[in-house]
Amino acid sequence: MKRPSLGSILCGLIPFAAVCFPVVLWDRVYPMVWGLPFNFFWLLTWLLLTPLCMWGAYRLEVRRNPDGRNNGKGGAQ
Amino acid sequence: MSASLVALTLICAIIGAGAFIGFYAGRRYKMDLEQWTVGNRALGMVLVWLLMAGETYTTFTFLGASGRAYSWGGPVLYILAYQPLMYVVSFYILPQMWEAGKRYRLQTQADFFRVRYGSKYLEALVALVGIIFLIPYIQLQLTGLGLIVEAASFGGISRTPAMVISFSIVAGFVLTSGVRGAAWVSVLKDFLLLFAAVFIGIAVPYHYFGGIGPMFTALAHAKPEHLVMPGATKNFGHLWFVSTVLMTALAFFMWPQYVGACYSAKDGDMLRRNAVIMPLYSITMPLVLIVGFTALLVLPNLPDGDLALLSIVRKTFPAWFLGVIGGAGALTAMVPAAVQILTAATLFIKNFCRPILAPSMADAQVARLAKATVLGITAIALGFAIRSSTSLVALLIIGYTGVAQFFPGVVLGLYSRRVTTGGVFAGLISGVGIVGFLGLTKHEPFMGFNAGFVGLCFNFAVTAAVSLLRPVELRSFDEHLPQGIPE
Repeated sequence: MKRPSLGSILCGLIPFAAVCFPVVLWDRVYPMVWGLPFNFFWLLTWLLLTPLCMWGAYRLEVRRNPDGRNNGKGGAQ
Repeated sequence: MSASLVALTLICAIIGAGAFIGFYAGRRYKMDLEQWTVGNRALGMVLVWLLMAGETYTTFTFLGASGRAYSWGGPVLYILAYQPLMYVVSFYILPQMWEAGKRYRLQTQADFFRVRYGSKYLEALVALVGIIFLIPYIQLQLTGLGLIVEAASFGGISRTPAMVISFSIVAGFVLTSGVRGAAWVSVLKDFLLLFAAVFIGIAVPYHYFGGIGPMFTALAHAKPEHLVMPGATKNFGHLWFVSTVLMTALAFFMWPQYVGACYSAKDGDMLRRNAVIMPLYSITMPLVLIVGFTALLVLPNLPDGDLALLSIVRKTFPAWFLGVIGGAGALTAMVPAAVQILTAATLFIKNFCRPILAPSMADAQVARLAKATVLGITAIALGFAIRSSTSLVALLIIGYTGVAQFFPGVVLGLYSRRVTTGGVFAGLISGVGIVGFLGLTKHEPFMGFNAGFVGLCFNFAVTAAVSLLRPVELRSFDEHLPQGIPE
């Protein structure tokens, strides 16, 4: 199978990095943002930012296989 | 009309509507094995989205997530964290899996293993492990459905008849419409669930505290330690959080029923676009957690956290709204259960019985026997649920950690040319063995780490070590040329 490009994998690593590794820093109640505890707010933000990162990854993948859309073959060559 | 009667009527109306859609969906199609299991690989973007969302948001998500917000506190945030990440993982796996599925006419996860690794014993092992973890999951849907319908009808329908009636309907539309039926019932289910979650998530805190912000302020004053990890738990700290989030995000699309959903897509690019937008559906999860947190302040002494959402909804809303919740809750159990039953039945006949007992069995025969097995599996799960057997609960706890052990075989099968059949076999057995042992002896977390994560690390190590010791048999799917399935 054709591997995803490095660029698109990097896009996918952004939400992992943001959610998993700084957990010691974001797991706190204060400062509250929009009435939400900070940890809740942080994860909610990444719920919304993840589609943005993946949209970037998608653009990169599609540019790599411009014929990958709708022809039933994906990126197989 | 009495409150109970109003709620009862609405619940029956919603389940009836779901049943009608489910039966109607497959009416125009000839239900051969390909149509039944993967909808002839012809489902469009919206239906695939609904099917995946429909299977993902089960009663466990609904009752379990709010229940854990109630009884665990902070560590429940792992749910908010893994949900977007599992779709990130799917972006890099599902389109490739779909492509292999299309080329070699794969219908199940065990098919994938058979064709990639050329071993019917690995195929049977994958099928068996999948079934072992699916049956308690089906039982859990039943139990959740019983709880929801009983509570929402003010006891008007008790648990057992609710479970028997709705699961007869499930078995019925699985038989007539296959995976298409589940996808179409999801349309109604997702609409109701979205409405219910948004409405409850906003209205409940508003009713008692004047808004979500004031509710959190009150909770932060009353129990500040509840909102951060490890919350009310003993040892679910940051290490547990990170390992659980990683394990669950990798494991999620290893559940055998999602593989079928993946194969049912019309094209592979659709699965990529799906992965981009799916996290937005998770926006209901924070609201469900908020209901659990509110319940902790309003009803602090519930015997069981999993009742938190239903108890507070019953205390807060009028009867008709409970009816909607009851109906939505019932469909939330029925849609995932339908696909789980279908998957377990197909795995049992096609990938366990056929290769071991009757290699010459034709696909038409497989389809007939799998449909008969649907009834058997529904009956087994019903039996366990009615006798409320707790031994299966232990299996469910290790369910996610168990299916996570398919990950090395799938991802290396797609991308590595050096992995061997023996390596995957040994890795899968050692991974399942480790999570089974740690789970059943209650070693979760193990030295601070999620047990499934520990199993997965061992699994990868064993797979790599055994693979490197022996020459490789099949380097990739492409070695099966000319195209076709080696039987």
